Amino acid sequence: MPATIIQRNKKPFKKTKVDTVTIDIIESALRNARYEMDTVLFRTAMSPGIREQHDEFPMIANTDGKMVVGQFGSFIWGFMQGYDGTVEEGDIFLTSDPYSVNGAISHANDWLMLMPVYRGGRIIAWSAMFGHMTDVGGKVPGSLPTDGTTIYEDGIVVPPTKIFKAGKLNEDVLRVVLHNCRLPEWNLSDFNAITAALRTAAARCIEIAERFGDDVLYSAMDAMLERNKRAMRVLIRQNVPETKQFFEDYICDDGLNMGPYRIKCAMWREGDKCIFDFAGTDPQSISSINFLLNEEMFKMFAGIYMIMVFDPQILFNDGFYDLMEVRIPPGSLLKPLKPAALSCRTHALGRIFDILAGLLGQGNPDFMCGAGFSDSPHFMYSGYDKNGEWYQLYQITFGGIPGKPFGDGPDGHSLWPSFTNVPNEFLESYFPLRIDIYETISDTGGAGKNRGGNGLRIGYRFLEPGEISIHDDRWLTYPWGANGGEPGARSRKLLQRADGTESLLPSKIDHVKVEAGDLLIADTWGGGGWGDPLERATEQVAFDVAAGLVTAAGARRYGVVVSAAGKVNDAATVALRDEMRAKRGPKKIFDRGFESIEELKARCKAETGFEPPRTPVFTKWAKVAAEALLAKELAAKKLANKSLATKSVATKKKRRKAA
Amino acid sequence: MSYRLGVDVGGTFTDLLLVHEKTGKTWSAKVPSTPADQSIGVLNGILRVCERAGIDPQIIDHVMHGTTVATNTVLTGTGARVGLVTTKGYRQVLQIARSYVPGGLGGWIIYNKSLPMAPLACTIEADERVSAKGEVVRGLDEEALRKSLRTLKVQKIEALTVSLINSFANPAHEQRVREIAIEELPDTPVSLSSDVVPEMQEYERTVTTVANSYVRPRVDRYVRNLKDKLAKVAKNAKLHILRSDGGLASASSAAEFPVNLLMSGPAGGVTGALWVAVQAGFPNLLTVDVGGTSTDVALISGGQPRLRRETTVGDVTVRASSVDIRTVGAGGGSIAHVPELTKALRVGPQSAGADPGPAAYNRGGTEPTVADANIVLGYLPEMQKLGGDMVLDRSLAMAAVKKIGDALGLNTRQAAQGIYNIVNENMVGALRLVSVEQGYDPREYALIAFGGAGPLHANALSRLLGSWPSIIPPGPGVLCALGDATTAVRDERARTYVRKFSETTAKEIEKILKGLATDASKGIEAEGVKKSEISTTYQVDVRYHGQGLRLSVEVNLGDLQKKGLKAISDKFDAEHKRLFTFTLPREHELVTLRAAVQGQGIKIKRPLLAKGGTDPKAAIVGKQKAFMDGKDVNAIVYDRAKFKAGNKVRGPAIVMEMDSTSVILPKHTGHVDKSGCILIYPDNFKAPKKAAGKRK
Repeated sequence: MPATIIQRNKKPFKKTKVDTVTIDIIESALRNARYEMDTVLFRTAMSPGIREQHDEFPMIANTDGKMVVGQFGSFIWGFMQGYDGTVEEGDIFLTSDPYSVNGAISHANDWLMLMPVYRGGRIIAWSAMFGHMTDVGGKVPGSLPTDGTTIYEDGIVVPPTKIFKAGKLNEDVLRVVLHNCRLPEWNLSDFNAITAALRTAAARCIEIAERFGDDVLYSAMDAMLERNKRAMRVLIRQNVPETKQFFEDYICDDGLNMGPYRIKCAMWREGDKCIFDFAGTDPQSISSINFLLNEEMFKMFAGIYMIMVFDPQILFNDGFYDLMEVRIPPGSLLKPLKPAALSCRTHALGRIFDILAGLLGQGNPDFMCGAGFSDSPHFMYSGYDKNGEWYQLYQITFGGIPGKPFGDGPDGHSLWPSFTNVPNEFLESYFPLRIDIYETISDTGGAGKNRGGNGLRIGYRFLEPGEISIHDDRWLTYPWGANGGEPGARSRKLLQRADGTESLLPSKIDHVKVEAGDLLIADTWGGGGWGDPLERATEQVAFDVAAGLVTAAGARRYGVVVSAAGKVNDAATVALRDEMRAKRGPKKIFDRGFESIEELKARCKAETGFEPPRTPVFTKWAKVAAEALLAKELAAKKLANKSLATKSVATKKKRRKAA
Repeated sequence: MSYRLGVDVGGTFTDLLLVHEKTGKTWSAKVPSTPADQSIGVLNGILRVCERAGIDPQIIDHVMHGTTVATNTVLTGTGARVGLVTTKGYRQVLQIARSYVPGGLGGWIIYNKSLPMAPLACTIEADERVSAKGEVVRGLDEEALRKSLRTLKVQKIEALTVSLINSFANPAHEQRVREIAIEELPDTPVSLSSDVVPEMQEYERTVTTVANSYVRPRVDRYVRNLKDKLAKVAKNAKLHILRSDGGLASASSAAEFPVNLLMSGPAGGVTGALWVAVQAGFPNLLTVDVGGTSTDVALISGGQPRLRRETTVGDVTVRASSVDIRTVGAGGGSIAHVPELTKALRVGPQSAGADPGPAAYNRGGTEPTVADANIVLGYLPEMQKLGGDMVLDRSLAMAAVKKIGDALGLNTRQAAQGIYNIVNENMVGALRLVSVEQGYDPREYALIAFGGAGPLHANALSRLLGSWPSIIPPGPGVLCALGDATTAVRDERARTYVRKFSETTAKEIEKILKGLATDASKGIEAEGVKKSEISTTYQVDVRYHGQGLRLSVEVNLGDLQKKGLKAISDKFDAEHKRLFTFTLPREHELVTLRAAVQGQGIKIKRPLLAKGGTDPKAAIVGKQKAFMDGKDVNAIVYDRAKFKAGNKVRGPAIVMEMDSTSVILPKHTGHVDKSGCILIYPDNFKAPKKAAGKRK
């Protein structure tokens, strides 16, 4: 049963014609309101993930729940489907259940809050925001078990819940939720911060309505959506071919030593409509790497990729959703069925962007970037310190940004918007560790006319006994290069014990015990290169060598012969480049660094130090349940088509009669 | 004590204002700037203004100067070749920065990062380590350091910066590195991060110290040059430079810590605006300085400009206190355009600048700008000559703006109105950042607009924000120079001191604050400020333990003695509630302690305007067809020089003066007050109940 919306004022909004300038003014006022939400949240939240690293996403939506400003697309419709109570003035809702909101949030750490904005007894807008909590309980600190097999192991999962009723906090519910978290004070502060941000946005929407009138705000939001649709229609027609484009990429493993998992997508255009079909993607994993992908969110990702190069001042919104269709097979890695574990979805979420780059680039190679988004590596460290106090660190780290048509990828930067690193002096002041190394790793960025960014190396020196967790990927498959560019380097984790022994750690692992004095050297991966490395200006290569970002040996990948100080040997460079040009085959649109998964696995042990992962096995129940679901959907569709057909026959008959 | 001189160097003009301290009489002059060596223009101006006043420059006591030399050095990337020494393992601290990529999702696709101000090729590591508590974990390897420093000699660095991990907690290693560096590179100036900004966060501390080294040689050269030239014509004059925080620094301290000068220019405007508005009785103000390419806005509450603890120039943000000035790329030269895809009307951030400038300047510009829209609307009459001698060509402005009209299906006047409205909205966006977003209600503030183009937009901006009155100061074009001339000497000292309240006492805090005040006072006493004239204020940055933010709270030592730390936590809770609507039941934590000392500003009164009746008809010079609020109107044109105190100027009206033009919209009236300001109110104005900015 969907939610019932209660409005004292039943008068519908009147659609009026709003002049361009007023639309522009309302657009910028809403944009300002959205940035103000960020400001309020960053300043008052306590989870370092939100506060320092900005793992949060605000949104303002129109009366229908369509996102007008924001970045992840609207989930309000999905939310309303999953909530069977009333929506009234002063209410604020909370949920952390991905399955109740069709993947609008994709793991239980994300707390999504939602508020209807009332003015004069009716809803004029919605404000919403979600942020990543450091901990929501469950089997491991940080609540992201790499070996979880059901969502129940991840921690407390809050279904869509009215947490404020007519402005009054439901304290008992909040108490129950907080009681299940390891750092309840942080959750409480983050909860307060999100509430404050929602109320700020609501106040701004009301101010805009007061200034221009409800009908103008309503109509202007509509016009903003329409404007966006018009722009996207042009972009889709220009950039998406009618013939099917295919692309696939992989998640290296599932934390249970099986992999790689394939994500496959086809893209093509029918008329004005762009279709994405994930048929051929592997079934859902028995582990926690599943990513419940919301179709609307994927449309937003795709739209942003197309828009970024044209009019970056365009405000992204839901206006163009009719122009895209996304098909994801149920029971697959990207549409797992409950109760599949979801907590470690970050790898697949990142990989989706590599897939998009690969798909969109094929029709228009100049527009394509190398791979690199791939993931956001996590590091966790927790335990009891000398004074018997619990410490718990959750940190997101970064890697190489891929080479792109417009220039090099920065070294050790974030591909997620507004994310920043945590200052190491801050970490050392508040956690029992020292960061002995913090640098990017020479030669790890893929060679190309535009170089991929280098991966990041962090050396964590532990000062107290405790446990660490690692979540990352791209240790087996490489971030691919594009348009003649070469792939970036893989990730690697090395633990050097205080007793002199050392061991490599797998890319997804919990409960690794560490002692005071142990050093973890955590290397993330580089970004893929873009364009022919032999076309990179020799002085650029020399500059990178002098800076220590590329070694003299690494410069040879660009066909440049250079001294360690960065002095170019011109004659030797010409000769080397000629030789390399003659030797190599035709230009590759994609360079993955391997021919086939079998070939890659064959050299896995020699190159990574690990045995190759086993071929994944999948659960039977999910397959059966998915088939049943599909059969049901198909039947419903047939029924709908039939009634549609009867209707259209009826209309035709009517028309004929009239004629 | 007799004469002081304010000097503001802008991109096009250098403005000077000479003040006779006893009588308050002022003389101003405007001369072309000389970008290659700004001191030449300054000197020309000094001679010009003294000639006007009929005085010998030798009797000037103080020259107070707002400069953009530091800012321009950063913006144009023409600073020194800076070497950097980091802790082993941190050589790439500037390369990695905060790993931040601007823009939304996918913003990285179009982001090209600029190079660090200290090249990696000139960055070396020192093998040493200090813990976050300040203990030495590993001693400094001096031999290895000497070897590395010698490689920097080959790199021909012009300045050296030392920024080691946790040096805010223990600067001993940085100090030792400096000693060794002086031996190895004797002619290279050395900056230590523990001197420039002894605060936590390695990237921010490093980038600030490097920025200091980066602009230092140029600022040093400029200041020395100016001092030498000044010594020739005005040997008794003491040179002071305006700092980003609105205080004054001596020439020598300015040259040593030039990172504090990055907002020197705009800070002059804010202090000037404050001085004028306080004379007119408005201590709560929003200031709007509209230039050719951008607009600077700030908020002044209770006569105090709001400060923030960082300064941003271009894409560089450093930890240096500055007046909280926000800049938006919206000025007279901002270009209007209609993107093909969306058919939206956008204004800026691209600008036609001074060259070729707006289409109406007839210097080859054809893009429609904000100035062109103002001309089409009739706000800038053709009889107005910008800067005294530039002729405006209305037909060229019409042709340029027509292009926008054609793209949007509007007539030319409507298109011009659209451009005017959009650019106002962009300015309001910046004004909201300094007001609403900081928890201040703009309806409780007056708005003061200056810069050549500010008075064209003042009335419209006040109406959008509900900020009344709209104040047009006398001489809006030379307000920065006025600010420079009226500023007091100021300095501050700060120390990072991270302690939960349970880990410290009120006594301890008081002791540290007093020590900081003594240190800061020494600096300004050397500037010639008498001990008895120094006023001191104390601030602490506080947060709830575990939070990332820090709020600055004023501390009164008397309260601290009486109520203990509760004096701080009560204030913090109230501020937290005001900004974010809630407080937390959590322990408070100190982050930074700060003492600011200030000498007395100049206590001059400008001569009052002669009193007249309410009718301003003696000042009428003509009529002008204009387009206001979407309607054709006949505006009366006035000569501001002929206004008398008490005149009431009813809109629609246009007021001209040498360096500026003001617009008074229909249903609004400008009241000329005795200090020479025009105060614009709506005709149906009712002061809001809580209006703190109402007339006294």
